[in-house]
Amino acid sequence: MNDSQLDALREAATDGVACDGLSVTHDGSGYTFETPGVSHADLSETEFDALATENPWFVSNWEYWNGLDGATKAYLRWVERADEVGVRERYESLVAGLSREWGQLLVTAGLGEDGERVYELRHTADVDVEVDDLEHHDDPLDARELATLDDDGEYRPLKTAPTLATGWVFPALDGRDLVRTVEFFYPATVANWHREREGDLDVTHFRETAERQTGIYGVVDDLDVDGVENLAAACCVDSQCLKRREWDEDGSTELDVPRGDGVFPCREPCSLVVAAARQWAILESEEPRTYEIELTPSERGQIETLIEAVADGRVDEVREADVGDGANRYRARYLRAKRLDDDGGFEGIREKDS
Amino acid sequence: MPALVIVAHGSHLNPGSHGPAFAHADTVRESGAFAEVREAFWKEEPSFREVLRTLDSDEVYVVPLFISEGYFTEQVIPRELRLDGWDVSLWDSSGTDADTATLTAADVEKTIHYCGPAGTHPSMTDVIVQRAESVTGDPDVGEDVGLAVVGHGTDRNENSAKAVKYHADRVREMERFAEVKALFMDEEPEVDDVADYFESEDVVVVPLFVADGYHTQEDIPEDMGLTDDYREGYDIPAEVEGHRIWYAGAVGTEPLMADVILERAADAGADVTEALDIVRRRTATPAAGD
Repeated sequence: MNDSQLDALREAATDGVACDGLSVTHDGSGYTFETPGVSHADLSETEFDALATENPWFVSNWEYWNGLDGATKAYLRWVERADEVGVRERYESLVAGLSREWGQLLVTAGLGEDGERVYELRHTADVDVEVDDLEHHDDPLDARELATLDDDGEYRPLKTAPTLATGWVFPALDGRDLVRTVEFFYPATVANWHREREGDLDVTHFRETAERQTGIYGVVDDLDVDGVENLAAACCVDSQCLKRREWDEDGSTELDVPRGDGVFPCREPCSLVVAAARQWAILESEEPRTYEIELTPSERGQIETLIEAVADGRVDEVREADVGDGANRYRARYLRAKRLDDDGGFEGIREKDS
Repeated sequence: MPALVIVAHGSHLNPGSHGPAFAHADTVRESGAFAEVREAFWKEEPSFREVLRTLDSDEVYVVPLFISEGYFTEQVIPRELRLDGWDVSLWDSSGTDADTATLTAADVEKTIHYCGPAGTHPSMTDVIVQRAESVTGDPDVGEDVGLAVVGHGTDRNENSAKAVKYHADRVREMERFAEVKALFMDEEPEVDDVADYFESEDVVVVPLFVADGYHTQEDIPEDMGLTDDYREGYDIPAEVEGHRIWYAGAVGTEPLMADVILERAADAGADVTEALDIVRRRTATPAAGD
C-alpha cells in the first residue's frame, strides 16, 4: 500500500467502500473499518490511517479493483478467483502466481508493487518451460500474428481451433493489456463469457443464422436438422474448436452433439461453419443412388480407415513404411493402382437402377 | 473518445489477406485519434457480428475496407452489425458517393457511424498515384508514363467497375500521366491486352484490390504476360510487347490507405485533424534515393 492508495480510500469512505471483505465508511461520528473478523467504529482519521496501514493488502486490493470495471474486471477477478478466495490467502498465492486456463492460453496473475497485479500469458503446453526459453512479447497486438499460423506453419482460419502455436510468452502485462491480448488470440471470448455470466448472452441458433444469409450463402437454409447435427459433429467439437457451443437447431430443438467443455461460449455459427454449411447444403441436394463395386473386405475396410484418418487429421502420423495401416500412402497408392482408372474413378463401377 | 472499426473481408484460406487491415489499423491506432481501433472480418474473427461488443466506447465509426459499394457494404455489413433501420437510400449514392449514416446496433447500446467504403473515397485517387510513385521509386512519376487502374469487373455488380472508372477519370483530370486507362479482369477493356491500350513505353499497373492474393499475385501477372508461371516470379519493370510494365500489386497495401480510412471517419464527424497530419507524414512516399 502507498500514500495515494490510503488517500483514495479515505476519500471513498464518504460514499462507503465494500470490497472482498473490506468495509469502510465515514460519517459525522467518524470512520468505520471492517475486515473479516475485525470491526472498528467511531475512528478518528489517525486511528483509521493506522488500521489501514496495518491491513495494506485489503487497501491495495480495493484500490486495484476500484480502477477496473465491466468485462475486464470480471475476467481479471475470475483469473485470480477473487470471488472465491479471501484477500489474505489470495495475496499469499499471488506471490507464487495464480493460474487459469483459457482455451490453450495459460494466464498467471502475480503480485506487483503496492498490490498492482502483473499477468503472464503463455501456451498451456509451455507450462513447464523456463520463461527465458520462450520468445518474449509485450505488445498485445503481437497476438494477432502469433495466432495466424500453427506450429507447422499452416494458416489457422479459426482462432479458437486447438492448434495455437507454442513457444512464446507475454511475461508482464497489466490487467487491461492482458484482456486485450487474450481478445486478440480469441476474439470476443471475454465479451461473450461476461455476457453469459451476467445472464444476457444472446444466442443465435442455426436456423436463424441460416435464414439471414443472402447471396451464395442463401442455400445454407436448405440444410435439414440431420445435416445440422452432422455439421456440428464435423466442426463444433473440442477436437476442432475450443468454444462451448450454445446454439442449437433452434430455440426448441437441441442438437445431440456434445456442446464441448470450453470455458467460453459460442453464441452463433461462425463464418467457417456457415461456409461449410453452404457446401454441405449443396451436396445434400443430391439424391442418393446405389452403386455396385467390387472390393475385397480388406479394401472396404481400408476406405473406411482412409476416411477416419483424414477426418481425424491422422494422415501425417502414419509411418512411411507402415503398410499395415490402411491410411499409409503406399497402401493407398496400391489401392488406386488396382481399383481406379486413369481418371481417378472406380473401375467397373455400376450404378444400380433403384 | 469514440472507437474506430475497420471491417474487411479476410480469408479462410490466405493468411496474408488480413495484412492491410492490421497495418492500417496500427497506423490509425498510433495516431491516437480513437480510444480503440479494432479490425473485424467477414471470414475471420472478430466477426462483424461480434466486434461491437468488444468495444468500451459508446460511439463507433465503422469504415469498410472494401473497394466498391455493393453487396458487402449495402447488405452484408449493415445486416451483420445489426444496424437498426439501415437502408441503402440513407447513403443517397449512385455507386461511388456513399458517405455516412448514423444508426444504432441492435445488440449493443452504441451509436454507429457507418461510412462508405474506403475504395470510393475521393482521396483514394491519391493512394493510386502514390502507389505509382512507390513502385517506380520516382516521386515525380507521370510524364511520358501511362497508368492503368485495374479492377475485377463483374456482371453481378456494376458498382465494381464504377469505382475503377471513377478513379481513372480523376487521375486523368490531374493531367499528370501521359495516359490513364481503366482495365478489368472479367470485362472489356481487359488487362490481358494492356500493351494494346498504351502508346507510352512505360506503364504503371495499379490493381484496385484491398489485399494481395490470388488475383493480384497469380491471375493478373500471368494474364498480362509478366510471367508464364507466377511461382517463378517476375521483374518490376517487366518487358511486355515493347512496353515496360511496372506492376504495383494491390493498392490496399499502400500505407497511405490509413489516410483514406481517417478521411472516411472525418466525413462522418470524427475529430481526426491532428491524426491526419501524423498519418500523412508517416505514410508519404520517401523521395527517390532515400
